[in-house]
Amino acid sequence: MYPVNYHRAASVADAVKLLETGDTKLLSGGMTLIPAMKTRLAAPSDLVDLSHIEELKGIEVAGSTITIHAATAHHDVASDEKLKKACPALAHMASRIGDPAVRYKGTIGGSIANNDPAADYPAALLALDATIVTNKREIAADAFFTGLFETALEDGEIVTAVTFTAPAKAAYEKFRNPASRYAIVGVFVANSADGVRVAVTGAGDSGVFRSKEIEAALATNFDAAALNGVKVPADDLMSDIHASADYRANLIAVMAKRAVAAANA
Amino acid sequence: MSEISLTVNGKRVSGAAEDRTLLVHFLRENLGLTGTHVGCDTSQCGACVIHVDGKAVKSCTMLAVQASGSSVVTIEGLADGADLHPMQAAFKEHHGLQCGFCTPGMIMAATDMIGRHPEGLDEATVRAELEGNICRCTGYHNIVKAILAASETMSSKGKVRQAA
Repeated sequence: MYPVNYHRAASVADAVKLLETGDTKLLSGGMTLIPAMKTRLAAPSDLVDLSHIEELKGIEVAGSTITIHAATAHHDVASDEKLKKACPALAHMASRIGDPAVRYKGTIGGSIANNDPAADYPAALLALDATIVTNKREIAADAFFTGLFETALEDGEIVTAVTFTAPAKAAYEKFRNPASRYAIVGVFVANSADGVRVAVTGAGDSGVFRSKEIEAALATNFDAAALNGVKVPADDLMSDIHASADYRANLIAVMAKRAVAAANA
Repeated sequence: MSEISLTVNGKRVSGAAEDRTLLVHFLRENLGLTGTHVGCDTSQCGACVIHVDGKAVKSCTMLAVQASGSSVVTIEGLADGADLHPMQAAFKEHHGLQCGFCTPGMIMAATDMIGRHPEGLDEATVRAELEGNICRCTGYHNIVKAILAASETMSSKGKVRQAA
C-alpha cells in the first residue's frame, strides 16, 4: 500500500470539508477499498473515515417506507427485525454478501457508491425503485447507477441513506462464482403496486441493469411459469473466463424464475 | 504517522504507526502478538480474524488507525492462563487442525459464530458460516466437528460470548 493520510470524520459536514484536500477517498467499511489499496489499484492521498458518524447508521421502517442509513453494515441489514418483516428479501440478500467478517464491516452506502458490476445491493435498489439520498440531493436508482464502478455522484457528494417503499413481494437469487463468491448473475425481482421491476447484477457490460424481457413477461402474471420460454438477449452482457454472454443470458432467466418462485413462496 | 491506542486482550496499549499500517501488522510487529496470521493478504482466507469491539473482522483489511480507540481480542486473549478456551480445547480434542496456520482465524470466527447463534448450531450452519475461513489441510470435517462440540460445551457452561 502506498502511504496515505487518515482522517476520522465526526459528521457528514466534517467529511465534506475533509474531502476538499488532495486526492481523497471516502472510507466506509473498507471491504473493497482497503484490498484495492493493498494491490495499489487505488492510491488515494487521503482517506476520510465515515464509520464513526452516528447519523449515518441505522434502519427506520415507517409504515411501508424503509430508510437505511448509508454506513449501516450488511450484518445489521441482515439481522434487523423490522426490516425482516417489512422487506425480508433485502435482509436475506444482505445475509449472503461476502462472509460473516465482511458483513460486519461492509456497508450499503459503500457498496452502491463503488457500484461493482457484480455487487448485490445495486440490483436490489434498482429493482426496489429506491431513492439514494446524498448530502446534496435525492437521486432515483434508475439515474444513480451509470456504468462499471460509475455512479451519478459528483465530487464532494456523499451518500447518506437509501429509501424505498416495501414491495408486496420480492426476492433475490444469485449464481455465485465458486471462487470469488461474487455473483456471476444475480437477479432481484420486486412486485409492488407500481408494477414488476427486475434488476440484474454480475452480467451487464455496463453494470447493473433492468431486464425488459423479464419485466414484460411478469407484468401481468407474477409467476415463475410466466418465464417459460422467455429469452434474454446476450447483447451487452459480459463474457469472461467464468461465463460467456450466452451462458449469462440463460442464467438470468433461470435466476429470475427461482427468484419469482421464492417471492411467491 | 498516527498514535494508535487500543485495548488488546484487556490491556491498554499504544504506539505510533504509519496510517497505511494494517491492523494485523500492528498486532504482529508492534505488539509482538504473532498468533494472528496473514494467509492470503486478499481478504479471503480469514487467518487474520480477530474481534474488534466484539465483532469478528479480518485484521488484514483494516488499518490500525481505523481501529484506534477500539477493544481488540486476539487468539492470545482466549485462554484463561493454562486453561484453554472451550473452542481451543475442542479443536485439540477433535483434531480440528493439521498445519495450524488457519487455526487462530478459525477459532476467532467460531467463537463469534456461537455468539451470533444463541439458538445453537447445526452442521449446515457451521459450514455456511465458515465461508470466509479457508483451510487447505483438513477438508473442514474436524473443524466443523470441533465447533459443534464447543458450541455444546459453551452453551451448557453458559460461556456464550465469553470471547466477545
